[in-house]
Amino acid sequence: MEEGKQMSQSLKNSVTAYSIIKEHFGSAISEFDPNETMPFFEVLDVSRWTEIALFMRDNSKLQFNYLACLSGVDYPAEDKVGIVCNCESLGVFNHKLAVKIKCSRQGGSLPSVAYVWHTANWHEREAFDMYGMTFTGHPDLTRILCPDDWVGHPLLKDYKVQETYHGIKVPY
Amino acid sequence: MQELDTARQASVRVNRKSDNRVVIEKDLMTEQMVLAMGPQHPSTHGVLKLECFTDGEVITEAIPCLGYLHRCFEKTCERVDYPAVVPYTDRLDYLAAMNSEFAYAIAVEKLLDIEIPRRVEFIRVIVAELNRIASHLVAIGTYGIDLGAFTPFLFCFRDREIILGLLEWASGARMLYNYIWIGGLAYDVPSDFLKRVKEFVAYFRPKAVELCNLLTENEIFVKRTWGIGIMPADVAINYGWSGPMLRGSGVQWDLRRNDPYSIYPELDFKVPVPDGKSSVVGDCLSRHLVRAYEMDESLKIIEQCLDKIPSSEGFNSRSAIPKRIRPKAGEVYGRAENPRGELGFYIESDGKSTKPIRCKARSSCFVNLSAMKDMSKGQLIPDLVAIIGSIDIVLGEVDR
Repeated sequence: MEEGKQMSQSLKNSVTAYSIIKEHFGSAISEFDPNETMPFFEVLDVSRWTEIALFMRDNSKLQFNYLACLSGVDYPAEDKVGIVCNCESLGVFNHKLAVKIKCSRQGGSLPSVAYVWHTANWHEREAFDMYGMTFTGHPDLTRILCPDDWVGHPLLKDYKVQETYHGIKVPY
Repeated sequence: MQELDTARQASVRVNRKSDNRVVIEKDLMTEQMVLAMGPQHPSTHGVLKLECFTDGEVITEAIPCLGYLHRCFEKTCERVDYPAVVPYTDRLDYLAAMNSEFAYAIAVEKLLDIEIPRRVEFIRVIVAELNRIASHLVAIGTYGIDLGAFTPFLFCFRDREIILGLLEWASGARMLYNYIWIGGLAYDVPSDFLKRVKEFVAYFRPKAVELCNLLTENEIFVKRTWGIGIMPADVAINYGWSGPMLRGSGVQWDLRRNDPYSIYPELDFKVPVPDGKSSVVGDCLSRHLVRAYEMDESLKIIEQCLDKIPSSEGFNSRSAIPKRIRPKAGEVYGRAENPRGELGFYIESDGKSTKPIRCKARSSCFVNLSAMKDMSKGQLIPDLVAIIGSIDIVLGEVDR
């Protein structure tokens, strides 16, 4: 945050929402990153992510009823992969907050929030397809955009495409 | 053999009422059949496959299978510069390419924190709204075809052709424009363009009414869509629905109004939602009506822009475009209201590279389609066609 620059109203709303979550979960979540483009916090205790998500959705002062986007991200420098969730309280408070959750790059696993927001169902499948992390408790964790028998997870930074697929040469 | 017959007879419950009416109950134990609808089925609007499990004529489950048109959009984005992503965004929702470019430009500009000239904003809104009308015309026309009405399709394409002609004149391409660039536009509009847009608005107003008379008030069409595929508002929000789909469920939510960008706060337009009189709130007809009303609102927006647009004197459409686009380190989630809903871009920059570290497209069709499995349960096969048509998917955006 640059000095002398006024905090926008939407950012103030995000700060308020964050403080409610922080009060309840304490050290399970990280400090707040108050940037103007996408304010976010990170879930440190990954196993509590579903609980946090439910709290965010059902708390009467938060009501994050809408999951706008769930993107998988690769962090090769930290040897981690993760997801970024853009949550929003649609039509109630209109505040927005992004949440980051990270797990190990090799066989990492995250709790699924497909039962909290239906949107997460296909998006988690996409994240699994592209990055390879699994989601425990997901109703149907299969590949969604790539074929079922595709090898590797394409959006990883060190992804090498397979030589042949059903006898067809892949790299061109 | 005899055992089988008894079993069959047992599963058919024939109730004879006192006034001699025969009522046959539905829960016949017929064999489950798997019916693959698509990927080349005309009513799936592209290469979508629906694996339908049917019990007689009733669908017990329909599972969408995607990926036939996957072109690695997100992987490609990580290999090209920020401005070079624009042509790829065209190919997401190819029926509303202007809107896709607009959403991407908004996201990157938010990260760059730059001011856009006012005339650029006006031109962007004009072309985006023209494209919205063109896109809704395809949606409405093809929906008619899905339900057996061929004529409206021809009417829609006749008028869409005029819009495509206008946009071609401005950008040089008919469908995939590469016109809205980060920080500006490829070119200013041609000198007579705004006059011709004005003529189009005057021409299209009565045609929209005509289209309504043909389709929206057509009894067969209404009977095929009324009360079919009802989605309650809270479930729709939980599914992440947006755009005409969400508004069809009665939620007055439009990013142009509720999370305003560009010059939309200065413009006066309504966000149409079904009133529950001519349709059941949340059914296929509601979604169709919302699209039909939205075209009228887009015309209003274009008219206002034509009145307010600053003159082209001393205007350079590329003046605000940075020489080298290298945003500061950080992330952004930028979004815009597309004809099909919320198109968002999650972009991550490391502050050093001229290429995005991560560029994820949050596609509205992808999210809207994910409700298909729940919506199709217990529907008849012809109603499934009506439901897919009302979702108005573009597979280019679903599969990316």
